[in-house]
Amino acid sequence: MIEVGLTHFLIVSSALFSFGIYGIITRKNAVMVLMGIELILNAANINFVAFSRYLNLGLSGQVAALFVIILAAAEAAIALAIVLNIYKTFDHVNVDEIEKLKE
Amino acid sequence: MQEITFLQLSITVLFLPLLSFLIVILYGKKFPKLYLLETGSIILGFALSVLLMIFKISQQLNNTLSFNMTWIDFGNVPMLGHLKIELGIMLDNVTVLMLFVVYLISMLVHIFSLEYMRGDRLYNRYFAYLGLFTFSMLGIVLTDNLLMMYIFWELVGLSSYLLIGFWYEKKSASDAGKKAFIVNRVGDIGFFLGILIIFSAYNTFSFAKVFEQIGMGVLPFDSGAWLTAAGILIFMGAVGKSAQFPLHVWLPDAMEGPTPVSALIHAATMVAAGVYLVTRVFVMLTADAMLIIAVVGAFTSFVAATIALTQNDIKKVLAYSTVSQLGYMIMSLGVGAYAFAFFHLVTHAFFKACLFLGSGSVIHAMHHEQDIRNMGGLRKKLPITYLTFLISTLAISGVPLTSGFLSKDGILAGTLAFGSLTGHWLIPAFGFIVALMTAFYMFRLVIVTFHGVPKNKEKFDHAHESPFVMVMPLVVLSALSLFIWYTPLPHAPDAGWFISDWVKTPQTVVPENLRFDFMKSSAPGEINGEVVHSASYTEALHHAHYPAMALSLIVAGLGILLAFLMYQWKKIDPDLVAGKVKPLYDFSLNKWYIDEFYDAAVIKFTLKFSGFLAWFDNTIIDGIVNVSAVITRLASKIVDLFDIYIVDGFVNFSAFISGFIGLSFRRMQTGKVQTYLVFVVFSILILLIIINPF
Repeated sequence: MIEVGLTHFLIVSSALFSFGIYGIITRKNAVMVLMGIELILNAANINFVAFSRYLNLGLSGQVAALFVIILAAAEAAIALAIVLNIYKTFDHVNVDEIEKLKE
Repeated sequence: MQEITFLQLSITVLFLPLLSFLIVILYGKKFPKLYLLETGSIILGFALSVLLMIFKISQQLNNTLSFNMTWIDFGNVPMLGHLKIELGIMLDNVTVLMLFVVYLISMLVHIFSLEYMRGDRLYNRYFAYLGLFTFSMLGIVLTDNLLMMYIFWELVGLSSYLLIGFWYEKKSASDAGKKAFIVNRVGDIGFFLGILIIFSAYNTFSFAKVFEQIGMGVLPFDSGAWLTAAGILIFMGAVGKSAQFPLHVWLPDAMEGPTPVSALIHAATMVAAGVYLVTRVFVMLTADAMLIIAVVGAFTSFVAATIALTQNDIKKVLAYSTVSQLGYMIMSLGVGAYAFAFFHLVTHAFFKACLFLGSGSVIHAMHHEQDIRNMGGLRKKLPITYLTFLISTLAISGVPLTSGFLSKDGILAGTLAFGSLTGHWLIPAFGFIVALMTAFYMFRLVIVTFHGVPKNKEKFDHAHESPFVMVMPLVVLSALSLFIWYTPLPHAPDAGWFISDWVKTPQTVVPENLRFDFMKSSAPGEINGEVVHSASYTEALHHAHYPAMALSLIVAGLGILLAFLMYQWKKIDPDLVAGKVKPLYDFSLNKWYIDEFYDAAVIKFTLKFSGFLAWFDNTIIDGIVNVSAVITRLASKIVDLFDIYIVDGFVNFSAFISGFIGLSFRRMQTGKVQTYLVFVVFSILILLIIINPF
């Protein structure tokens, strides 16, 4: 059995990050984009906890991860509210077509 | 009377006419009655000048009062030392007498003009100009230095120009004004050069200071020749202003001006300014300078008298007689008969002003007819004018009981004395010939104008005696032409107060070796001569007195007789005489062809020369200017091209580059977050590869 080390965690988190980026870039639906962002945040969380565990940094990594979770929850709440408002105004949540602010 | 009062009085007298001139010239258009103010101020000034004269003569008879103030102080000037220009007033007997004469004649002319010029378009301006003239003339009379003299000299020239050309719509009048002005300039150049010699030598303009230094033996540039030159150059100013040969040509033409102006300016006062100037600088004239002055004067009086013989215009005859009489005065100064020259100046001013105003009265009566051949018989129509005219004619001809007899006789005696002392007998000869001619042409004028039968019946019938304001000045002036005002004895000018008490020949300051022999103070038996300036001269004059008187009586009588024979009794036919001496007659009638000579020699040359200068200007100067303009245009064209293609090109190119770059970068700004995110991700990847932290 290969012992699970920092590298494995980092590979998982970078994969998660890449999926998140991919989701943000390719999806047109705002909700899906938000979900991509959630993935990226969680990739960061994994990094925090992993580094905290393997590099003897004490509990600060876990604390940061907790903050990120709280932040992600708040962000999801606000962002979904914005998406709801966008939907009310445009009847869709297609990020490509929301360009009112440009004018 | 205090000295300061004299000063105040003379300043008032001087500036009154200027003040009224300014008021009238500025407001004359608005208030048509302003000429009365002008005339009033002249009358007031006359009264003050009489006061001044009386006080000066009675209280300060033998003193010369002078008042100075510094005008400009330049401080120490390199080469010249302390340079200070002063203004000043000098009052001596000659000054106050001259003041009186100028004011009296100016006043009478004003009064005369009230009627003579009535209805003229520029009535007010005419009086304003008369005021300006009076002011300038008084300035000449009152000044105590050469610079002020020169300033007022030019002012007089200006006012003369304005008044000669008063009827400027008439071409001949405006031409005459120009001629007078330009001919006077010629003399003034000499005057100015003379002043400069004096100033550079003595560093002052003041008469008294200059004479004092000459008296101490200081000569300009240490040479008597320069003193002579200065004297002659200053005299040149007098040649111009007093219409001496060869600059006399302007005076007859000046008769284009209104007749009262001719009386005031061109007979009595302004032309006497030249004589006055010579009397002012008399003490610094060397023997050579005096001889030249005497010769110029004698020749002028001769030339003018010969011309006057044949003229037919009443004013032209008087003009030439004026030139002739001025020549007399100049000649008299030249021969050293100073007091008689000034005496003649005064008497001549009165009787010549009377003659001119009389001719004005005649012209007025004849409705601007000036040719005496169209007159005749006016004696009955203009009795007062005739009488005053006759008295003045007697005076100018030198008939006893008149003032002219006294002064002319004095001058002739002076020339005789001069001839006997120096051997220059030609000068008295000219003097007596001129006296003969004067008597002849003046009586010719009187007879042809006033006697005989009227030639122009229509104009004669309309003629009438002039009104009171025109006749009154005539009466006053002719009264002043009688002997009684000057001396109690009709045959002895020096018996009275005028010559022996009031006007005395000043002592010359010229160094001994530059004087005439008879004027040297070492001459034996010197008495302090009252009349003239050296004992031997006094002696000679005394001897010459009775011969001169006898001779002058004879020639005057002869002249008058001849005039009566030819024109009154028709015993001799004038045309026959004229035919006999046809070339001479033509010579005289055409005024010695002097105008033609000037026309050919001076004016043609000047015109040619100015034509050449115009050509030079048009071709060479303009050529240079044009070429430089073309070159400038060419250069600016090149600069223009450089601007358009190089500078603008550079600017446009850089703008184009920025535009191009902007164009290519614009593509990336899509406004889509996801595209940006792709850029971010890839740039981080690229950065990671470049930095390569692993």
